[in-house]
Amino acid sequence: MLVIGEKINSSRKEIFKAIESRDEGFLRNIARQQVDSGADYVDVNAGAFLQDEERLLSWLVEIVQKEIDQPLCIDSPNPKAIEKAVRVHKGTPMINSISLEEDRYRAIIPLVKERASPVIGLCMSDKGIAKKEDEKVKVAEKLIDRLTGDGIPSNHILIDPILQPIAVDSASGRMVVNTIQRIKALHPEIHIVCGLTNLSHGLPSRKFVHRAFLLMAMAAGMDAAILDPCDQVLMAHLKAATLVMGEDEFCMKYIRAHREGKFRGIP
Amino acid sequence: MEILQEISEELQKGNFGDMPKLIQEALDAGIAPSKILNDGLVSGMDVVGEKFRCDEIFMPEVLISAKAMQAGMDVLRPKLIETGAKLAGKVIMGTVKGDLHDIGKNLVGMLMEGAGFEVIDLGIDVPSEKFVEAVRSNRPNILGLSALLTTTMLMMKEVIESLVEAGVRERVKVIVGGAPVTEKFAEDIGADGYAPDAASAVVKARELIG
Repeated sequence: MLVIGEKINSSRKEIFKAIESRDEGFLRNIARQQVDSGADYVDVNAGAFLQDEERLLSWLVEIVQKEIDQPLCIDSPNPKAIEKAVRVHKGTPMINSISLEEDRYRAIIPLVKERASPVIGLCMSDKGIAKKEDEKVKVAEKLIDRLTGDGIPSNHILIDPILQPIAVDSASGRMVVNTIQRIKALHPEIHIVCGLTNLSHGLPSRKFVHRAFLLMAMAAGMDAAILDPCDQVLMAHLKAATLVMGEDEFCMKYIRAHREGKFRGIP
Repeated sequence: MEILQEISEELQKGNFGDMPKLIQEALDAGIAPSKILNDGLVSGMDVVGEKFRCDEIFMPEVLISAKAMQAGMDVLRPKLIETGAKLAGKVIMGTVKGDLHDIGKNLVGMLMEGAGFEVIDLGIDVPSEKFVEAVRSNRPNILGLSALLTTTMLMMKEVIESLVEAGVRERVKVIVGGAPVTEKFAEDIGADGYAPDAASAVVKARELIG
């Protein structure tokens, strides 16, 4: 399972304030915490800053890279912001995201190729977010075809079926799990990623929803997730699910995690 | 009036199954349709809106109350039209061009209807021309604009400018909202009001209509 740490997102109040006041120490610390908790990539998003987004996203990349060696996941709906941030990033960043929206696809694809970046592909097109299972699968297939057709290796593609809040549509969890299963069956070599937190938007006691979805989605074939790695219970379940799925030979990772104290103190 | 209190309470509970029966009971008791609307349904939705704003209840609970509201309105609407009852006002809503987010907008629409407004929802990714045309042909009191992306909220300014160019700006009060939108942004672009959440949108609409 690939873990992408979600916390450095300007839509979160304390992150917004920290970026606004250029609190480098605070932000670097959040990046460090996520990596220490097991994040393979750290997502950075400055979308709440309007015209300042381009400048601030690049700034985030610079300061976070002073702190961690892990690559960043550059998160923006604005191709110009992604472009600037990718140029500043040392090493190969992940690009979050591309879709079948024509303008967006055309603007992002050269950036993906430039650094041979892994790229998250959203199941949406100029018609909007694919809302039902069949649509999601169809758009995923078209997007995979187009990306591979443009020379992007399968191994660099992470399809995001887009989780909508279950509070708005109680079928959305089950539907995405089914979608994951179908995409995996059609394209076993493609990665599948979800942002867990969106599912619980609008509900109380959100953490349990993320944990439940993580396990169900992993069983269906999701192999990457954007989540809060500092949720220790979530991460413990992730390790356990990896084990249960048969992806931890001789249970070595699990036992090692135990020895490293990774399960200590978790209720 | 006990039946009106019952309608309000059952609406708050999201009891959409019993709502038509309760509305009919109130009508049979000779209560004026507009009174049933305001003291029964709207009064219930106001409580729902306020509790939602304070995080006492959650989105799914608002959704079932809205469903109860709609079930009630299905019975009440023809009676309101018959008696020439005035609705609280007419609202046109939409998410601006380039933006496909609609959850917040839909919630505002539900609470507006719950408050007795007539709501016309233009949907998502709505170009300025469509907003202008809708204002021209429907003569609403309120135009509600929604955007969730910092890139698209700038479209709100364009919509307002298009209204000015078309000579219809004075006819309507513009309220803007959406996660990246702020009071200051609303002022800067010449909107008449800003609402941080669905319940506040209803309050603001009522305030602007006066």
